[in-house]
Amino acid sequence: MAQQKPDPAQLAAVDFTPPRRGWRDLPVQFRKGTYNYATPRRHVEALGLPNPRDWQPHDADWNLPSDWKRIILDGMKERLERYRSFRLFMDICVRCGACADKCHFYLGSGDPRNTPVLRAELLRSVYRRYFTAAGRMFGPLAGARDLTEDVLKEWFYYFYQCTECRRCSVFCPYGIDTAEITMIGRELLSLVGCTIQWVVEPAANCYRTGNHLGIQPHGFKDSLEFAADELEELTGIRIDIPIDRKGAEVLLVVPSADYFGTPHYYTLLGYLMVLHEACVDYTFSAFASEGGNFGLFASHELMKRLNGKIYSEARRLGVKWILGGECGHMWRVIHQYMDTMNGPADFLEVPVSPVTGTRFDHAASTKMVHVCEFTADLIAHGKLSLDRSRNDHWNVTFHDSCNPARAMGLYEEPRLILRSVLNHFHEMAEDTIRERTLCCGSGAGLGTDENFEMRMRGGRPRAMAVHDVRTRHGTNCVACICAIDKATLPPLLEYWVPGVDVAGVHELVGNALVMTGERPRTTDLRGEPLGEGGGRA
Amino acid sequence: MSLAFTFALYASAAVFICGIAWRVWGWARSPEPFRIPTTSGQQRSLAGIAPSRVESPSTGFGVVGRMCLEVFLFRSLFRNTAFVRGTAGSEVCPRPVFLERKALWLGAMALHWSLLVIVARHLRLFVDPVPRAVAALAAFDGFFEVGTPTWYATDAIVAVALGYLLARRLRDPLLRYLTLPADYMALAALMAVAGTGIVLRYVVRVDLVTVRAYALGLAAFAPVPLPGIGLWLALHLAAVSYLLAVLPFTKMVHAAGVWLSPTRNQANNSRRRRHVNPWNAPVAVHSYEAWRDQFRDKLLAAGLPVDETPHDGHSQG
Repeated sequence: MAQQKPDPAQLAAVDFTPPRRGWRDLPVQFRKGTYNYATPRRHVEALGLPNPRDWQPHDADWNLPSDWKRIILDGMKERLERYRSFRLFMDICVRCGACADKCHFYLGSGDPRNTPVLRAELLRSVYRRYFTAAGRMFGPLAGARDLTEDVLKEWFYYFYQCTECRRCSVFCPYGIDTAEITMIGRELLSLVGCTIQWVVEPAANCYRTGNHLGIQPHGFKDSLEFAADELEELTGIRIDIPIDRKGAEVLLVVPSADYFGTPHYYTLLGYLMVLHEACVDYTFSAFASEGGNFGLFASHELMKRLNGKIYSEARRLGVKWILGGECGHMWRVIHQYMDTMNGPADFLEVPVSPVTGTRFDHAASTKMVHVCEFTADLIAHGKLSLDRSRNDHWNVTFHDSCNPARAMGLYEEPRLILRSVLNHFHEMAEDTIRERTLCCGSGAGLGTDENFEMRMRGGRPRAMAVHDVRTRHGTNCVACICAIDKATLPPLLEYWVPGVDVAGVHELVGNALVMTGERPRTTDLRGEPLGEGGGRA
Repeated sequence: MSLAFTFALYASAAVFICGIAWRVWGWARSPEPFRIPTTSGQQRSLAGIAPSRVESPSTGFGVVGRMCLEVFLFRSLFRNTAFVRGTAGSEVCPRPVFLERKALWLGAMALHWSLLVIVARHLRLFVDPVPRAVAALAAFDGFFEVGTPTWYATDAIVAVALGYLLARRLRDPLLRYLTLPADYMALAALMAVAGTGIVLRYVVRVDLVTVRAYALGLAAFAPVPLPGIGLWLALHLAAVSYLLAVLPFTKMVHAAGVWLSPTRNQANNSRRRRHVNPWNAPVAVHSYEAWRDQFRDKLLAAGLPVDETPHDGHSQG
């Protein structure tokens, strides 16, 4: 990435003129910076996925299985029979174009095939050719086309230029959800061994070690102990971080980046402080040491395979309910898939906050609560002592992460928290937040260095909104509740809006939280001096 | 001559009804394995946070409300905005501007509601006596009492709406790029039906008494001949037959499909109530036991518990 970063002014000059030639016979060029590397053989083999081999998208020969076409068409047929969403979305689009300029990748690239409508047409054209009478009879006239290797390469390029953020589905008059289209498209590609490393390698790690980063149990323990040491240094309070403790009331599951990435790590400190202060009887699991689920970005089956350990560890450890950390796609899986895939969780109890007595009936079946719901409930009941001034060096805006927003409806809980722990909080423009939030441009497995140009293009609309709120209010921090955001917004903002940091909501909670018996704080969780003189005030 | 039209109308009506039923059955046959509503509003969670009952419905009533807004008022299209593209040489990171863009919503509402009113008005030809509601609707539609015969507002609206929808496809380079021939065909079919109908009412002044007798015969399954059918009536009936026959097999089938859209008609209650996937099947998982055996030395060295009790840990599925 470092060697050839394109100039921002160059990326900002987006050409919206459609090509002269129709998209159906315009082969894709795999231009460096706009695609992701393929999965090396060993990771494909580790998960037992089809067609393991070492290859790259820019290779002329993709080494597809000889019957790849039959595999894809059989796969399509099977999915048409299994997913009403897929079947319906193949049939009812009217190409009104309302979705087109809702996609951050279209806004950043000007490429018509990055409009949601054409992204779906990539599949629809093949669907018509092989699965509808009109397409079989009239061919191109009916919008149908043959499945060729060029088409497959086009699928690979564009289904890995979609972050499954669902913004278009908010605006579609029929609720057509491109995330469904992309998920099915990626599943079909993976049937013939066309996957990307940044999705399958973390998934393989997660399968083997329990987390995406491949951290083994002793490393996991070391990270958490390091966090305890940090907190002691910061607050003077020694906290105990239980791992695999049977009989705890709550199992805490977080994305692995929280204990191995920055600025995620400060969010982890925030959770630990809240749980300690609220005297919650909890445990981590060294095996379920990942809430995130890159299986979601490969196939429904892989998602289910990785997700299974959360309930099985909850059962093994005998907890009553599960608390989940700040992570976007993790919460898509937990909210919309987990109970269906790996439930029923009838061995758990309906979550009840041990501090406020609130019964979380909205999680009565899944038995898993979002840490923002938990903390918002504590704050609403006045159970936390908070000193907002300790965040005075931050002037914060909130980025709604796509999945908690459009696949969950978690809008007000983090805002309730932020308003309680901050003196300086300003929203971005209305049409760029909540259900209309703009994606970081790097979700769904696209956050790689080799894909840098495309990420910067896709994230530009979000960066523009941050730039705007910075201009109006002097914002210097974007708060969010997604591990991928925390990893990919910093380089995005550095590229487009230098001088804006990224923080988890619970990092800001941790700064403000007055813990019983703590010694006066001189720094925030990042070790930067508090107050007027210090930090970024 | 009229026998041929009688046959064509019956045949196309049959294709229409069977076609729609076949399409709906085809969609309904595929299950909804997961609960995937697009949550356009606040979930129902904590007592102190007001849920968005329609945009993120947690109950059946909420879903009905959301579907009604979607189907009758095109709620999602109402959100439409237009992103203002930067001009060459402008700032690298300008303020993102999303303009309110209601034209498409207005055009779509105008088209669909006019079509509905026009179809309802045609009941005067097919039902005897004319239902009071239909007569009232026609009177309302002709409220302005301009011209003889009275001009119907919906006739003008449908013509303008169709013209707008065609013009926007032709004018906008991106829309032109993504439009399929079938999209123009659908507009052409609607224009043919509406255009010939307008000519029949305002220009050639078809004899309504004979047409009504013919239509009543059709409706009663006792067809009578239609004497002196005339060019424009023939064109109108041909266009209507074509539209009915192709509608289930073109994008116009969205009228039936929108009702089944899972991102809109599912409640956002997947953590509250378990959604069952009918084809859910066991998958290969890495069990705790396998993980423990793999990392036993490291667990012991790190002082982490090694759980040797037998579990049915991987029973999910």
